[in-house]
Amino acid sequence: MYLNQFLLLAAVIFCIGVYGVLARKNAVLVLMSIELMLNAVNINLIAFGAFRDNVIGQVFALFVITIAAAEVGVGLAIVLLIFRNRADIDLDHMDLMKG
Amino acid sequence: MVAQNVVFAILAVVMVAAAFRLVTTQNVVRAALFLAIVLAGAAALYILLAAEFVAWVQVLVYIGAVVVLLLFGVMLTRAPIGRDTDLDNDQRWLAALVALFLVAALSSVLVDAFGNDKVNAVTVQRTAAVSDSIFGAYVVPFEVSSVLLLAALVGAVALARRD
Repeated sequence: MYLNQFLLLAAVIFCIGVYGVLARKNAVLVLMSIELMLNAVNINLIAFGAFRDNVIGQVFALFVITIAAAEVGVGLAIVLLIFRNRADIDLDHMDLMKG
Repeated sequence: MVAQNVVFAILAVVMVAAAFRLVTTQNVVRAALFLAIVLAGAAALYILLAAEFVAWVQVLVYIGAVVVLLLFGVMLTRAPIGRDTDLDNDQRWLAALVALFLVAALSSVLVDAFGNDKVNAVTVQRTAAVSDSIFGAYVVPFEVSSVLLLAALVGAVALARRD
C-alpha cells in the first residue's frame, strides 16, 4: 500500500468538508461538515503512524477524537441557544455583529 | 497486499460517495446517516492500518455518541424531516471552486512529497504500547484534555440551561 493513497483520500474528504462548511446554511449541517474535516485529519495521522511504524500517530488521533467530541457538544449547545432565541438556525440570518 | 488494496478501493469509493452525498443531500437526517457511513469507513481504514484501538474508539465515540448528538440537534431544532430545498446558500459555486482548488493544491503537494513511499509490513501496534505512550510521554496533554472535557461539559450545560 502506498502512503499517498491514504493521504489523497483524506485530502478529498477534507475538501468535501470545506465545501460543506462554505455552502451549507443549516448550522447542524455545518457541524457535520466540520466532523468530516476532523476525520480526514485523523486518517492522515493514522497513516503517518503506520508509515513511521510507531504509536504517536494513534495517540494524536485519540486526542483529536477527544477534542472533536468536546467541540460538537459545545457547538450543539450554542446552536440550541440560537434556535431558542431566534427560532431559526439559518446561518445567513445571523448578522447581528455585521458592521 | 492485493487484498488490502481491493478493500481500500472499496472503502475509498464508499467514503467519498457518502461524503459527497452528505454535503449535497437536501434531507438533514439523511446527512447524519451519511456521516455515520463516512465514520464507519474511517474506522475500517484504521483497522486496515492496524490501529485497532483507535478504530474501536472511533466506532464508540463518533458513531455511538457524536452522530446521536447531531441527530438530537436535528430533532431539537425542529428541522423538517423530509425534503427541504433550502439548505444551501448562494455561494455554492464559489465554495465548489474553493474546494476544487484546495484538492488540486493538496494533491500536487502530496504527490510531489510522498510520491513512492510505501506503508510496508504494517505491524499491529498493541493497545498496551498506545497506553504506555499516552501515560508516559503524553501524560500532560492527556490531563489537559480531561480538563478541557470538563470545561466543555460545564459550558454546554451553562449554555443550554433554560433560565
